[in-house]
Amino acid sequence: MRCELITIKVNGEERTLAVAPNRTLLNLLREDLNLTGTKQGCDDGDCGACTVLVDGRPVLACIKLAAQCDGCEVTTIEGLAREGRLDRVQEAFWHEGGMQCGFCTPGMIMSSYALLQRNPHPTEAEIRQAISNNLCRCTGYTKIVAAVKRAATFAEFTQR
Amino acid sequence: MARYIGKEMSRVEGIAKVTGRAKYAAEFRVPNLAYGFIVSSSIAKGTIKSIDTREAERAPGVIRVFTHLNAPKFRNDPQDRSFRALQSDRIYFNMQPVALVVAETYEQARYASRLVKVDYNAEKHQTDTEALLASARDPSHGRGTRVRGNPEVALREAPVKVEAEYRIPIEHHNPMEPHAAIAFWEGDRLTIFDKTQGVYEVRRHLASSFGIPEEDVTVISPFVGGAFGSALRPNYYPTLTAMAARELKRPVKIVYTRTQMFAGHGYRPYTIQRVALGADRSGKLTAIIHEAVHNTSSFEEFDDNTTGFARQVYACPNLRASLKIVSTDLHTPTWMRAPGAVSGMFALESAMDELAYALKIDPLQLRLINYAETDPESGKPWSSKALRECYLLGAKKFGWEKRKFEPRSMRDGEWLIGWGMATGVWGAFQAPAAARITLRADGTAHVVSATSDIGPGTYTAMTIIAAEFLGLKPEQIKFELGDTRFPRAPLEGGSMTTASVGSAVHGAAMAIVARLLDLANRNEDSPLKGAAASDVELLDGRLQLKSDPSRYVDAFDLMKRHNLNEITETFEARPSREREDYAMLAHGAQFVEVKVHSELGIVRVTRIVEVTACGRIVNPKTAHSQEIGGVVWGIGMALQEATEVDHRYGRIVNPNLQHYHVPVNADVLEVETIFVEEDDKIVNPLGVKGMGELGMVGIPAAIANAVFHATGKRIRELPITPDKLL
Repeated sequence: MRCELITIKVNGEERTLAVAPNRTLLNLLREDLNLTGTKQGCDDGDCGACTVLVDGRPVLACIKLAAQCDGCEVTTIEGLAREGRLDRVQEAFWHEGGMQCGFCTPGMIMSSYALLQRNPHPTEAEIRQAISNNLCRCTGYTKIVAAVKRAATFAEFTQR
Repeated sequence: MARYIGKEMSRVEGIAKVTGRAKYAAEFRVPNLAYGFIVSSSIAKGTIKSIDTREAERAPGVIRVFTHLNAPKFRNDPQDRSFRALQSDRIYFNMQPVALVVAETYEQARYASRLVKVDYNAEKHQTDTEALLASARDPSHGRGTRVRGNPEVALREAPVKVEAEYRIPIEHHNPMEPHAAIAFWEGDRLTIFDKTQGVYEVRRHLASSFGIPEEDVTVISPFVGGAFGSALRPNYYPTLTAMAARELKRPVKIVYTRTQMFAGHGYRPYTIQRVALGADRSGKLTAIIHEAVHNTSSFEEFDDNTTGFARQVYACPNLRASLKIVSTDLHTPTWMRAPGAVSGMFALESAMDELAYALKIDPLQLRLINYAETDPESGKPWSSKALRECYLLGAKKFGWEKRKFEPRSMRDGEWLIGWGMATGVWGAFQAPAAARITLRADGTAHVVSATSDIGPGTYTAMTIIAAEFLGLKPEQIKFELGDTRFPRAPLEGGSMTTASVGSAVHGAAMAIVARLLDLANRNEDSPLKGAAASDVELLDGRLQLKSDPSRYVDAFDLMKRHNLNEITETFEARPSREREDYAMLAHGAQFVEVKVHSELGIVRVTRIVEVTACGRIVNPKTAHSQEIGGVVWGIGMALQEATEVDHRYGRIVNPNLQHYHVPVNADVLEVETIFVEEDDKIVNPLGVKGMGELGMVGIPAAIANAVFHATGKRIRELPITPDKLL
């Protein structure tokens, strides 16, 4: 199968990569770039564990082909902490206990991060809407919703 | 006074999880990795007539296609009947592996898997438990058949009685992480990264399958993305992964697809129950007859002890509780969160509600009338039981006294309001477990045990316990798990990890204290001269007399004086002899409000108060999360979850998260969890009981009872979907 050459910026670093046309963005991240923080939960776009930001918008990496991301900027969970400091959303998920097994956590955080970027003061309904595409089987969601609320109350969101 | 036990602590592995650094089974970097993809059968029963792999083998990147014709045979182990794939042409269940394609990339393996052509000799299958009831049989272990008193006569003579049948469909765990393994061999030594709730179990299974010594197998599983029972038994993919790696002489990875999980690890069995209750007019139970039947597979016997816990809930002199199984042409069921207990209690607690209405007694009152002050099964006293406190506190928090008894008596516009309650019960198990502590003279400690952390917070709980008894700060402790190079621990199942492994960590810390005291008292001038190990404690680096902390030795100076950079102690904790004199259970009471749309039959669970008594709480932060999670599992079971089998084809028709409905955040409204702590010195040195399973046990019944209160309709078949209410 012929590979395509794509240029993609991942967590601020520009890379040129040869990808097979059937390579998903998820497998590009996990297998080629070893960015395994982005999770594979269903491969069908049902669970949201693979949520990453493409040009700032939340996208399900398991149903996005890598070749479609030529020229795009991708942010994964590994790209949120800066200089060893957790992003406020990460901080809030940690201390609010918005996780158990941790497998849905990166996707939840990416969806929440995207929400707070476009809407720094969301209502609970807006929070629930924003993470409605992310399934969690452990926590029962309440502490996740609380974590996003807590993140929103932290100091103004630093634009990246 | 505890410094850390009972105080809220954020997860010690939290940073790893929020940054994506936590490595799950499929995520380990191994050079020269090949990817396996399982090809699944399309019939439920029969044999493979022919299998044509030529086209698949010619596809780009394909390294080998394994089938029953060329895959090596695993060793037969009479002690371990779990299914091993590609061993013969026989098909026992639909979606059973018939081939394994291994290729250079995942996409190549998955593509080529579709090129494998299989012809079958199909045989008549039966996957419907309902059609097999005539063949129901006792499980061969013969447990739980003891009859108490004379239940048939007591039922016949009871002035008030109820009798009904209850049904629970097949359900699947659906943890967020798909099962996965990466295996590689170095000579005859195997290393495997696996998603498992018990690394030692997987090691034993692999060693037996390949006929190699257990010491030559290393199983590593530091993070598990949820399991709920689905990774308790060694599933068939680790042997397949290790087999392919051995044959190809290179590392191989296999990850289930979400669909393959539905035939890849077992499920909660299809369960039919009949409950008959007899009572006198005051509400006192005189007879309980509780019979269950559920399915197993054709090749293996499994039962989840459906009626086991229900025997111990109410004081009743006459009881028969039984469980029979039938063989279906499906994969073997397995334990799924609160196995047996949640199924049995759905039936018993629904029946208790029916009895309350037959007697016209408040449902909570009926439970209190039949409260078991001692274990009705063994006659032994409880080690502790704060269920009454749970009932009363829950009722108060919920506002139960404002409940109107009559069904359909509360309303909010188009929504019918119902209030229901139920009892939860689970064990206080402890299994032998070992832990090793290395205390270093620099004031840090390394603690290891081959347990698992599937999400409840084992890393954090063990860190808290080690910090407490080593007198160090949690940040001075490093706890590691999930590795067969660590001391043996039981499966993380049955809610027994904190009791078992926590006791081992506690014991190892005590051994460290004893060792330090021995070192100190080699000095003639030791201020601790004459003290026994139980008289002293470690606190912030001081080995001090509990009764007089001014008498102490600096532990780290002591180690340095003896030229010891570190001291290591391993301890195996076993359940105490004293436990045998008591009955031990964890309990809870659940109060639920539902709103049912009068025209559409939609059920919303608007409010839940869950009060739980499970001994001492080590970390309230993670403990509440466990209980909330359990409550939400109960909501899923009550209202949504069902694996649908098309019995014409013997095939699951909803094997994905689009059609198998797990609760989403919109399903979860107000959930309040409360602990009533019990001071229990019998169960184990820490006084902890099981809680992870307990949280869901009473919820499906409480919801069904609330739906009855709202609508006047008694739904005895889960899940309670709108069609059943119209």
